[in-house]
Amino acid sequence: MHALRILRGGTRARLSATPGDLVFEGLSTLVALSVVGLLVVITVILYLVAQESIRVNGLRFLTDTIWDSVSQRFGAAPFIYGMLVTSGIALLLGVPVSLGIAIFLSELAPPWLRIPLTFIVELLAAVPSVVYGLWGIFVLGPAMRIYIEPGVQSVLGFLPLFQGRPIGSDVFTAGVILAIMIIPTISAVSREALLAVPDSQREAALSLGATRWETTRLAVLRYARAGIFGASILGLGRAVGETMAVTMTIGNRAAFFGSLFEPGQTIASQIAGRWLDASTPLELGALVELGLILMLVSLIINAFARLLVGRFLRVGEGAE
Amino acid sequence: MATTEEMEKLQRGRSGRGRLPVVVAVIVIAVILIAVAAYAGWLFPSGGGKAKVTLNGAGATFPCPLITKWSSEYANMTKSTTIPGPQVTVNYNCVGSGAGVSQITRRTVDFAGSDAPLSPSERAAAPNLLHIPETIGAVTAAYNVAELSTGLKLTGFTLAEIFRGTITQWNSPNISADNVGVTLPARPIQVVHRSDSSGTTFVFTSYLHLVNPGWTASLVGKAPNWPVGIGAQGNAGVAGKIQTTPDSIGYVELAYTVANNMKVAQLKNHDGQWVSPSLAATAAAAAALASPPPPDGDWSSVSILDAPGATSYPIASLTYLLVYKELNVLTAMDGTKAQSFVNFLWWAIHGGQDLSEPLTFPRLTTGLVTLNEGAIRSITFNGQTLNPT
Repeated sequence: MHALRILRGGTRARLSATPGDLVFEGLSTLVALSVVGLLVVITVILYLVAQESIRVNGLRFLTDTIWDSVSQRFGAAPFIYGMLVTSGIALLLGVPVSLGIAIFLSELAPPWLRIPLTFIVELLAAVPSVVYGLWGIFVLGPAMRIYIEPGVQSVLGFLPLFQGRPIGSDVFTAGVILAIMIIPTISAVSREALLAVPDSQREAALSLGATRWETTRLAVLRYARAGIFGASILGLGRAVGETMAVTMTIGNRAAFFGSLFEPGQTIASQIAGRWLDASTPLELGALVELGLILMLVSLIINAFARLLVGRFLRVGEGAE
Repeated sequence: MATTEEMEKLQRGRSGRGRLPVVVAVIVIAVILIAVAAYAGWLFPSGGGKAKVTLNGAGATFPCPLITKWSSEYANMTKSTTIPGPQVTVNYNCVGSGAGVSQITRRTVDFAGSDAPLSPSERAAAPNLLHIPETIGAVTAAYNVAELSTGLKLTGFTLAEIFRGTITQWNSPNISADNVGVTLPARPIQVVHRSDSSGTTFVFTSYLHLVNPGWTASLVGKAPNWPVGIGAQGNAGVAGKIQTTPDSIGYVELAYTVANNMKVAQLKNHDGQWVSPSLAATAAAAAALASPPPPDGDWSSVSILDAPGATSYPIASLTYLLVYKELNVLTAMDGTKAQSFVNFLWWAIHGGQDLSEPLTFPRLTTGLVTLNEGAIRSITFNGQTLNPT
């Protein structure tokens, strides 16, 4: 045990500091630090390119609803709105399904089913997003237009959210694609969280006469809720930054939408659709400023999620 | 226990026995890489016997099918040893006119394609760019309505109202007035437009502005702030979106509507005639262009929209190659490349025109060919004129 600790923590308790060790240590420190440096460099460069837009537009950039390269007026509000709405739909649809998958895999599934099913769900995360986008254009879009959206409309059509004629390439379709894309992330991390719940919790609930569902609800879910919440936020992080699949399904319209059956645009899809065309420094700056906003939002979301999940999993292990 | 195991593992690794598979893998990968490199000609660039020159262009998707065809034909032609000079590969990246102009302005490509002439401010940002009209295009109003066959009659005014969102139903009085005897469905119109910055959009919105004062100048441009509609990327993207969206209408370049066999509207031209988009109708519109400016002049007001003539199709436009008059402003340029470049341009406006009609692009008029000859002759490299052949 002692020898191993020395081997692993070799930087401080150095037993034999050969030149090779020193070079290796220096190199790996350099590589590790360069990642941090890269993040700083990216941020600084993005800021420099965006400066023109930040100077001209100021804070109005966040609230202006018009993106018009003819009059060179650029506002980010429709895209921030589009991002929030599509991610919201994705969470609303994705979290319950993911939670169901996680509960099944950790609490209910027989062992012979558990391993292949876990593998398949995680495989969904490996499908490139452009493939989801293609599927969205050719399969999901028409299905939404012909079956799902009219169906939703016949039940909830009185809400302004579901009015207008379903077109299949709209905010709702993009939200559904995102929901499917974040399911693997949320269910895998939630499953970890559920598995980290100590068995003593389950045993205690069972010994009090709780049914299986009551055990899951009272002892397991409640115990793991911080982890599940963190998992959902991680999923949100993916939904917010997803570009390709959204660009291909959302209908690419740079304006506010009242109904989910209208086309829209997210920050990521706007950048993807327009970066090639930016012909003036102001337009380029505005696009890069969008990128900065997206990066900031993603960083905050991911840091928050990792904090939650990390703390929860540590607590779970400690209790065991 | 764990300690001794880990130590043993470490020592085994160091003794070299465990490294053999790694060494083998590295050798195999290296051999494969070298083989690929040799095959692709990275190691011996002159392996084919003929030197190679690559020209890079980017821009409009409107002439994309034609330029792509030119590039493959020209590479085949110049590969032959009977033709002097290097083998010329032309890479044309169909990214949209807006992107093309911004790339030629930043000098990251050798030439750009644009359906819109340079605006005065764009000209100021990239001085000494020549406009070389390389072909003529027509923008069609293509639709996808199950009950309707091709040839629905639409005036430019009605078209503008549809794209403004003031006419929202297929059976609106404006449309039915021009289509007596046609049963129009009582369903909403789905408008499809370009989501990227596009010369096709510039041509189309310029036309709408010309024929309908309600389509204000603020809605004219390569990427205006559309009042209604779904956005799609590129001519091909709009064509695809129309085909997959029932009751939709959008604007697509003629070559794309023909290739996709789409239903297109007849438009009322300047002389009050209903005209279907076709090669002949597009050429008729181009023939009406009276006196074009010099190649290095201001082309921003040149237009063959709503051209006079009984057979002229109203939404026609020249599409341009933008080339620097002095090629040494491009860092990746040298004498050989410059010579190959002007040779290619020369061929494009002469021999290349034979390839136009099968791809649904009209031939250049003789007036434009003469104008272009002067433009290409005026191109220099380090002040030296290049004699195109």
